Amino acid sequence: MSGNATAAMAAALPATRTIVTGVVGSDTHIVGNRILSMALEKAGYKVVALGALTPAADFIKAAVETAADAIMVSSLYGQGELDCRGFRDLCIEAGLEDILLYVGGNLVVGKQDWSSVEQRFLDMGFDRAAPPGTRIETVLEWLAEDFSSRSRQSRP
Amino acid sequence: MTAARAALLIDFGSTYTKLRAVDLDARRLLGSGQGPSTVTTDIMQGLHAALADLDARLGGLPKFAYRLASSSAAGGLRMVTVGLVRELTAEAARRAALGAGAKLVGTFAYRLTNADVRHIAELRPDIVLLAGGTDGGNSAVVIDNARALGASTIACPVVYAGNRAAADEACSLLAGKHVIVTDNVMPEFNALDIEPARAAIRRVFIDRIVHAKGIDRAQSEVDAVLMPTPVAVMEGARLLADGYGAMRGLGELLVVDPGGATTDVHTVATGAPRDGVVPQGLPEPRVKRTVEGDLGMRHNAATIAEVAGIERLAAHASLAKERVLAILDGIALDVERLPQSADEIAVDHALACHAVDIAVTRHCGTVETAFTPTGPVTVQHGKDLSGLATVIGTGGAIAAARDPASILRATLADPSRPFALKPRAPRLLLDRDYLLYACGLLATAEPQAALELALTHLEPLAEEHAHERAQSA
Repeated sequence: MSGNATAAMAAALPATRTIVTGVVGSDTHIVGNRILSMALEKAGYKVVALGALTPAADFIKAAVETAADAIMVSSLYGQGELDCRGFRDLCIEAGLEDILLYVGGNLVVGKQDWSSVEQRFLDMGFDRAAPPGTRIETVLEWLAEDFSSRSRQSRP
Repeated sequence: MTAARAALLIDFGSTYTKLRAVDLDARRLLGSGQGPSTVTTDIMQGLHAALADLDARLGGLPKFAYRLASSSAAGGLRMVTVGLVRELTAEAARRAALGAGAKLVGTFAYRLTNADVRHIAELRPDIVLLAGGTDGGNSAVVIDNARALGASTIACPVVYAGNRAAADEACSLLAGKHVIVTDNVMPEFNALDIEPARAAIRRVFIDRIVHAKGIDRAQSEVDAVLMPTPVAVMEGARLLADGYGAMRGLGELLVVDPGGATTDVHTVATGAPRDGVVPQGLPEPRVKRTVEGDLGMRHNAATIAEVAGIERLAAHASLAKERVLAILDGIALDVERLPQSADEIAVDHALACHAVDIAVTRHCGTVETAFTPTGPVTVQHGKDLSGLATVIGTGGAIAAARDPASILRATLADPSRPFALKPRAPRLLLDRDYLLYACGLLATAEPQAALELALTHLEPLAEEHAHERAQSA
């Protein structure tokens, strides 16, 4: 990890942040998600790992009960767009308007231009979308950045 | 009477006061006695009547080394549970209350509304169990709910088993109520820890509820009222499963008790999924009690018929549908009435079989196949009880039946419903003398004697079935 990211992260961790992770829908590809969860834990986050085959609603239930700061949704089997439809709306419904939402993996079927895929997920209400091959370090940097900008906005 | 050492085990029930006298050294049942339930007037009347009955049967009462009681009288232990997410802390709170022997009169999730609080006050619970949030997780909702309960007219004790980080604030908002703080029923996401809440509820039961219900007026004749009766049955089941000291128990087991108003199912079993099966949902407590409020042999006979289907019930009893409906009407009009005619006995038998079948099916887990792009995956919800070694039937509906084995066979897996994880080939045992509760009570004083007593008095049933088991093994 770059020194930059570590410094930024330390600034963003006044109290331990809780992150819910899992693989959405009928998807069993757990390996990448598990590596991500371990890396997040190592970086000092509290991780609530839901594992494979997790319905969208279960992410939200877990986030409500644990007062999570972020949800990270993995999808590797090409059905991510269907599984994630309405995810932000579900969060708003559950009182999690401001929760940070990331999605990553093989989000769509076939070879599609990443920027259009990314835009589709951002339009759905995700704060970040990660294409295949995104490095853990990048995700940690995103988190540090997003958490610190949020605390500037909402936590004086 | 020359019995060296004897114990008296009392169940202050909702209909009867039941006694079991046991010889502690010979590990045998000396006799039983029964009187009416008189908790609402003077508990001693029923107890004296039961003691007189026992005296007459034994030809004199021995001196009792222990006189221990359980109670399900005066409406049982009426509880309301409050949690956050329905499937998470609200469910964990529900399981803790059931495991503490409660009669659940209301379960609430998310923020309590004014109407909810009024409803809780009307339910007149004996205890409110307040949960919500994992430790360090959501605290806003459990604090708001503590504030709502604190400002209400609800006067009963509140057991707090929510987010630890919110406990202090919740307690100060509940000032004026009797509050007991215990460990969170869900300290981490999807991790259950219901034993501390169960213990706290039992403590409140002994310290306060027994007095509030007037059961402690029996203290001249009783050493201690230790637990609600369902807990006594559960403790009996736990002792039988786990054994004591060097004496081995029966291993994982299920107890089914089709009662007049509800059907209780207890299991002492991990119910872990087989290799390759993916578990989903909350983890299961090894000692688990479920109560089916719509399946009761007397007060809820009509709903058994509704759930099972009147045609199936009639076919089971080999009677015309109209005849069965007439008998069900008769039961509804006089719930004290025991079956007399051959037709009534047939209907009772069918009711018991279906109540047991439905209650055990609900208690057991299920599997389903999820089709994923990488192939089918088997997903399990709840406990897998297919490999269970022992099923025990207790309660009057089974013990008094002509063919108890056929009722207990309703607990078995049905090849036509392969997704219900019911026991495949357990041995069937009958608690003919209704001793399980007594053993659960006695276990607090002399576990070894209690275990041996239970082991010697359970009656094996259905030899032809054991034969099948030997063949399939």
